[in-house]
Amino acid sequence: MKQRFTWEYAVGALGLVLFAVGTYIGLFIAPEERFMGDVQRIMYVHLPCAWVSMLCYLGAFVAAIASLLTSKRIWDTSMVGMIEVGFVLNVLLLAQGSIWGRPTWGVWWAWDVRLITSLLMALLFVGVLVLRAFVEDPERRTTWSAVATIIAFVDVPLVYFCVRWFRSLHQVQSSPETVNSMMVLPLRINSFAVLFLAIFFIALRTRLELARRHQEEVAEPVRREELVHV
Amino acid sequence: MTPLSHSSSDRGFVRLLFSQAWTVLRKDLLLEWRGFSRFLSVLFFGLVTLALFAFAGDADTEQLRGGASGYLVLALFLSSTLALSESFRLENEEQGIEGLLLLPVDTTAFYYGKAIGNTLFLFLLGPVLTPVALVFYAVEFDFLLYLQILGLWVLTAAGLTAPGTLYAAMTSRLRSQDVLLPLLLFPLVIPILIASVKAIDVLLTGDFTGKLLGELLALLIVFDLVYWSICGILFHYVIEEA
Repeated sequence: MKQRFTWEYAVGALGLVLFAVGTYIGLFIAPEERFMGDVQRIMYVHLPCAWVSMLCYLGAFVAAIASLLTSKRIWDTSMVGMIEVGFVLNVLLLAQGSIWGRPTWGVWWAWDVRLITSLLMALLFVGVLVLRAFVEDPERRTTWSAVATIIAFVDVPLVYFCVRWFRSLHQVQSSPETVNSMMVLPLRINSFAVLFLAIFFIALRTRLELARRHQEEVAEPVRREELVHV
Repeated sequence: MTPLSHSSSDRGFVRLLFSQAWTVLRKDLLLEWRGFSRFLSVLFFGLVTLALFAFAGDADTEQLRGGASGYLVLALFLSSTLALSESFRLENEEQGIEGLLLLPVDTTAFYYGKAIGNTLFLFLLGPVLTPVALVFYAVEFDFLLYLQILGLWVLTAAGLTAPGTLYAAMTSRLRSQDVLLPLLLFPLVIPILIASVKAIDVLLTGDFTGKLLGELLALLIVFDLVYWSICGILFHYVIEEA
């Protein structure tokens, strides 16, 4: 069957091009950071992953509320896409942070405010995905995963607040005014690149989930009919 | 379940909510009283957990004393999964939950009745587990310290049971309940764990300098309020899919 071209491929291609440009500038044109040296260049993918991951979770939270209120299938399917993409970016964020932390802090992992918050975000949302995997009834799966997503998202700012009691190693945010413009540029380009790539994967995942739901709904009456005949 | 009448006045609504929640709570308490073995089994599980921590710490008194607050709260956390999953097992037996849905009881009242029952259940573990933990881990204590820890225990148990009751209602109808409940609940209540452990630690060390204890108590109360509100709102979505 011929594959129909949809808008998300254009967004994905744009994301790839931007990512190539941003990474090139980040690796070869942006100046070396005075104290950290070349290891600082990981920031050009680390921060975009963090920002877009949180955006995905925020989107999933909004979709979860909409799903409960309207019961429209699109909200549930896009919510799954956003959680999955957010989770992948979240794991990348942790891995990149760990790679950066080893030469900078001397350890692969530290129980730091930001690290704990990031880890907990991943754990909270992976719980939603696991829950979905165990619920067979589509309607129940939709409602329960929306409920679990809302609770998970509400917990994130609370966790951030709570772990402030830990001493923090993580540096505070820099202002673009105090940073070399050639450092800010690749960061901005890569942020949009990761955002566009995330949109691409979310759209693909949403379509896949819609198709799966359709298949479930078609298969269910057939299964019931078979049971009647048995 | 039949929702409470929207035409009733606010005061009437709240009174009816309390009355229905009390009915659910009384039913649970009666069942617990008749089947006391469930409470005893969870209590012994908590005691075994405390002993296991001592062995894992190589029975080193200094190390155990340093981690006493953490071990005590962890014993509560681990026991809570048993208690919470059991609390909905009876409801699901012989389609009891379907029967409850036919009663003119609001789902919110049903949730609060169950959640308060679970909080009471977990709270009652405290008076036994706390002195045993303090003795096991060689911590000096007096009656006032015991009461203060029990006060924190209520807030901790409440923070656990609010989301725990909601998730237990979901997972009790799934095949992998034992895996899913802790997987969903524990990441959510890590802030409760942190705040509770630190607060008990402040009490045990007697270091009241600064505002730390007050801030930790405020944090526990905020978490409790947020969880009790949001889970109460969301519960009817969960139960109506029964």
